[in-house]
Amino acid sequence: MNTVTKQESAATQVQDDLRVRCHLQRPDFTLDVDLTLPGRGVSVLFGHSGSGKTTLLRYIAGLERANGTLLFKDQCWQDEQHFVPTFQRALAYVFQESSLFDHLTAAGNLQFAIKRARGKVDKEDFEQAIDLLGIHHTLKRYPHQLSGGERQRVAIARALLSKPRLLLMDEPLASLDERRKQEILPWLERLKTHLDVPIVYVTHSPAEVARLADYLVALKDGRVIASGTLNDTLTQINSPLQQGEEASVVLQGHIRERDRHWQLVRIGFAHPEHSQDDDGSIWISDPEVGNLPPDGSTASASDNTGSHADDLDQPVRVRILASDVSLSLSRHDDTSIVNALPCIVEAISDDEHHSLALVRVKVGETLLLSRMTRRSVMHLALTPGKTLWAQVKSAALV
Amino acid sequence: MDISSEDLTAVWLTIKLAVLVTAILLLIATPIAWWLAHTRHPLRGPVSALVALPLVLPPSVLGFYLLLTMGPHGLIGQLTQSLGLGTLPFTFAGLVVASVFYSLPFVVQPIQNALEALGERPREAAATLGAGPWDTFFHVILPLARPGFYTAAVLGFAHTIGEFGVVLMIGGNIPGVTQVISVQIYNHVEALEYGRAHTLAGGMVVFSFVVLLLLYGFRRDQGAKPLL
Repeated sequence: MNTVTKQESAATQVQDDLRVRCHLQRPDFTLDVDLTLPGRGVSVLFGHSGSGKTTLLRYIAGLERANGTLLFKDQCWQDEQHFVPTFQRALAYVFQESSLFDHLTAAGNLQFAIKRARGKVDKEDFEQAIDLLGIHHTLKRYPHQLSGGERQRVAIARALLSKPRLLLMDEPLASLDERRKQEILPWLERLKTHLDVPIVYVTHSPAEVARLADYLVALKDGRVIASGTLNDTLTQINSPLQQGEEASVVLQGHIRERDRHWQLVRIGFAHPEHSQDDDGSIWISDPEVGNLPPDGSTASASDNTGSHADDLDQPVRVRILASDVSLSLSRHDDTSIVNALPCIVEAISDDEHHSLALVRVKVGETLLLSRMTRRSVMHLALTPGKTLWAQVKSAALV
Repeated sequence: MDISSEDLTAVWLTIKLAVLVTAILLLIATPIAWWLAHTRHPLRGPVSALVALPLVLPPSVLGFYLLLTMGPHGLIGQLTQSLGLGTLPFTFAGLVVASVFYSLPFVVQPIQNALEALGERPREAAATLGAGPWDTFFHVILPLARPGFYTAAVLGFAHTIGEFGVVLMIGGNIPGVTQVISVQIYNHVEALEYGRAHTLAGGMVVFSFVVLLLLYGFRRDQGAKPLL
């Protein structure tokens, strides 16, 4: 149970997390959740539509009434006796479709938040939010004069300027097309690194999970089916999350080297909490080159002169599908796969299709998943502790 | 032009009545409209019907029952008497009270429609930015629903100016007290003073046309649905 006794809280000083207990009964839907989310970083609530993730977020905001307990850091937002109304909770909420006030300009919308902010907003904060989201050109315009992506960025800036202690985001990209998504995602990543406010982020997109999540909660039919840090949840091979085609891991790493001739980059990855040195590295396609327009031959020529040196050693995330990792007993040089890493088998589990298995291997401290047939598991005589080579066919920067 | 000082008194009285009634109605109708727009209470249906009743009732029926309730033996009458105010029929105050009932649906419904069209989202967004309920009402809801309030005010005003049956039933025909334009036109026609009737009646036609023209023009700018 997540009730905090006085002795406990005295021993661990001030609670620094968000405790959510919620029971909601509707004719066609039950939400039953008992969670503790970290007080920093991005916690993603992940699930398909109807899983209850938005309802849970609205419950945290106080927009949805349900039985339960809500403790945010040192504050009690809801228990049996109390209910703190939304406007008295120091939170901000970014809705799925932008909810800017139509009667105010973008600047007016930001001012609305600043006037009611939970802390002092100085000119520097204002400038920072505008820069962070790149909305300087929108300020004098009304919401209906902005594109969907611009409206959503203004809405995010407005949320930041209300100086929340907790930022809630409900699929902020869902109402946008793919191009606009790509337009906003980098802003969200900057937000994550520049801001010291915990974010609870709802999405049904595995790509957004891979890109943004530090902590992951997977919901299904109103229940939590997996929760933990991104690495832990993704490498739990018996979790329902990792069944099927999408089974993957997300590695945190750095761009270590760039091969301009073959347009490849070498990503060094390490366990975020354990090692300073890289556990290993893999070569993948250089995303900078891949994103160039097809007719940008002149641009790519100038790119080859080394304008990207500045992103070396930048932190990046790489998503590797379990189906793109194969295992072999010896190192092969006569294969098209260039990335071969020495590894140790940790665990083996059945996939949802009975012919398949999911194998978790360790490269240094880093975990990878590999999907193969059960016959191959037998054939290679895989057992926990066995050392072999993991071949990574492809991976994507996210 | 053929306009006497009695006619001018009637015009002035009518305008005074309409302004006062519109102001009172905006104050009363807004909370009613708010409640109707947001509640799921079982009384929502009956209250809606009650508010809309003056739309379908003949004004003489409404006037008749208002006369009884405001009279010495009626509920309102006894209340006003116990407060030392006497009874309301055949007074200007009585006319104001009756007009408020009579024009209520014309003010409640545009406001209610505007609030319903806004939905929950602006209120929720304001709350998540730290705005309390009153703050939200005055700085978000009111400006966003402004066209609805304009429509309500204009309709309430115009409808009060045009009332006749209710006035006759509870106000009678007292110059300077209850003798409004519509009653004065009736008087002129009864006395076969068609020229004087024309002046007032024609004025009403022009006034009403201009009001509706402004209203529809304004609403088209807002891209809104037809009025009623």
